[in-house]
Amino acid sequence: MKSLEFAIEIDNLTKKFGDLIAVNDISLKIPKGTIYGILGPNGSGKSTTIRILCGVLHPTNGSAKVMGYDVVKSTEIVRQNLGYMSQKFTLYDDLTVEENLSFFARIYGLSKKELDERKKELIDLAGLEGREKTISKNLSGGWKQRLALVCALIHKPSILILDEPTAGVDPVSRRIFWSIIHQLANGGMTILVSTHYMDEAESCDYTAFIFNGKIMAVDKPSALIEKEGANNLEDVFISYVERASGNKIQTDFTKMKFLKKGDEVGE
Amino acid sequence: MKKEFIHIKRDKISLRIALLMPVMLMLLFGYAVNTEVDNIKTAVLDRSKTQESRQYIEKFSASGYFKITNYIFSEDELAELIDTGEVRAGIIIPESFAIDINKNENPNVEIVVDGSDPTTARTALSSGVMVSENYSQNLRNKFIDKMGIANSLSFPGVKVNVKTRYNPNLETKKFTIPGLLGVIMQNITVLLTAFAFVREKESGTIEQLMVTPVKAVEIITAKMLPFILIGMVGFFASLAICIYWFKISIVGSVTLLILLGLLFVICSLSLGMLISTFAQNQTQAMLGSFIILLPSIILTGFIFPREAMPPFVSAMGNVIPLTYFVSILRGVVLKGSNFSQLLPHVIPLASITVILLTIASLRVRKSLD
Repeated sequence: MKSLEFAIEIDNLTKKFGDLIAVNDISLKIPKGTIYGILGPNGSGKSTTIRILCGVLHPTNGSAKVMGYDVVKSTEIVRQNLGYMSQKFTLYDDLTVEENLSFFARIYGLSKKELDERKKELIDLAGLEGREKTISKNLSGGWKQRLALVCALIHKPSILILDEPTAGVDPVSRRIFWSIIHQLANGGMTILVSTHYMDEAESCDYTAFIFNGKIMAVDKPSALIEKEGANNLEDVFISYVERASGNKIQTDFTKMKFLKKGDEVGE
Repeated sequence: MKKEFIHIKRDKISLRIALLMPVMLMLLFGYAVNTEVDNIKTAVLDRSKTQESRQYIEKFSASGYFKITNYIFSEDELAELIDTGEVRAGIIIPESFAIDINKNENPNVEIVVDGSDPTTARTALSSGVMVSENYSQNLRNKFIDKMGIANSLSFPGVKVNVKTRYNPNLETKKFTIPGLLGVIMQNITVLLTAFAFVREKESGTIEQLMVTPVKAVEIITAKMLPFILIGMVGFFASLAICIYWFKISIVGSVTLLILLGLLFVICSLSLGMLISTFAQNQTQAMLGSFIILLPSIILTGFIFPREAMPPFVSAMGNVIPLTYFVSILRGVVLKGSNFSQLLPHVIPLASITVILLTIASLRVRKSLD
């Protein structure tokens, strides 16, 4: 493989659905071995960008490269290098933990020996020991999410793309999940992750803010906070949205309790 | 309650199918449901080759029940035409036809019908006898006019012998049950696969598959294999009931029947697969299957002879795989047809299978675009 500085390179990427511009002229460079967080309100184009990177959607304009390979021209190679996990943990509900792993292993063309080795490693990584024969439908949310993660890792991808992986998962499971993410990054994997949790975003190496299909800022989380003179990343997020949309947002949840009926909210 | 109406209104495709189906089915069935058979394809073996015999044959086509499609020179040829299903009836006129009539004798005409379709066979027999009666009556009237009633003991006229090839007792059971076998196989297999992709679409797992390097052909093959097995087990069970319960013995080769059954199962599965790639949810898959399965019961000649249908209705039957499989089943079970005799049915069935599979593979695109 070519020696590269960037695992993912996005150049002037645009995606339109009819009149709607979901992704508007985005450029990004993601260095190898980093955890790269994407933040942005719902519908800002995070998932669309991620789907283009996975070769599921075709860009309207611009290009994207994964490990130096164009996602449109070399889709097959890109997919071999990439693990993807979406917000709905898309596993086969009626298959057991082991069967799900074996299924994805075979799709990626792993040999029986590789599979057995890999299965042990991944079950270990996800802490799923003793649950190999459980039907995935019967796993709780946190376990399901970790199973989905290790299914995406079965073929030892060099890049892992996660689309809101922790949506709807309890705080403890979230922390277990992120410790796995960091473990993977320490092992040299590049991770692109979209999230709404600011504590998660703060633990990323870099964070990009997307709003209305455009990138508003990219930097290390600490640098972003400093630049905005804010207390934390959440305030940074809110001030970006306020500036872009021109609306004032009530920032403090506890203050909302004291709003009287008839008071205007969010104006 | 309002919410339920909204659900229905939002699923435009299901709504359209649900509203269009009754109209379409009424029109189709109205034309197709018809037990009156006419234009029965008929071969003529005219050994007499005289003006008299030609006049006699003319009466057959004039009746509207018969359509003379082939003039042949031997009984073997007639048997072959009936075996392949190219004609449903045959008329054999003896060499002495004209001489006998002119000598006021009664020549023996033979009418051969294909008993594998009892409705058509009965019509051919009764109308064939009727046509001959009329012809004889005319001859008698002319004879009496000329000679006077007292002058002769014998009158000229035609004697008709009828012969039924296959299913000599014209049992309807032997006609419907092999066809039924095909109908049941079709319904089960199409429904099995119609849901194959829809379930993946609904659960979102199709998206996970799309980011893997798996190929469309691989997905389709993998999805079909278990159903081919299930379909074939079902086929064997139905075949066993046909033989041991309904006591219908298979005249032809069972191996041939099983091989062609396999082809049909694959064809039906591809059809279900294709429906599945179009449907967005299970309701649509269900309705889509019905829109194909319901007409097939009527249009394929399973109950009503396709000869009796108006050309555009019977043309629609031409694109339904079951049409060919019903003919194959009847051919093998009742007539003992061999592979080359069945080719006119096997070739279209195989072609439809290839076409369906190709379109289905193209539809299972790797992109959600």
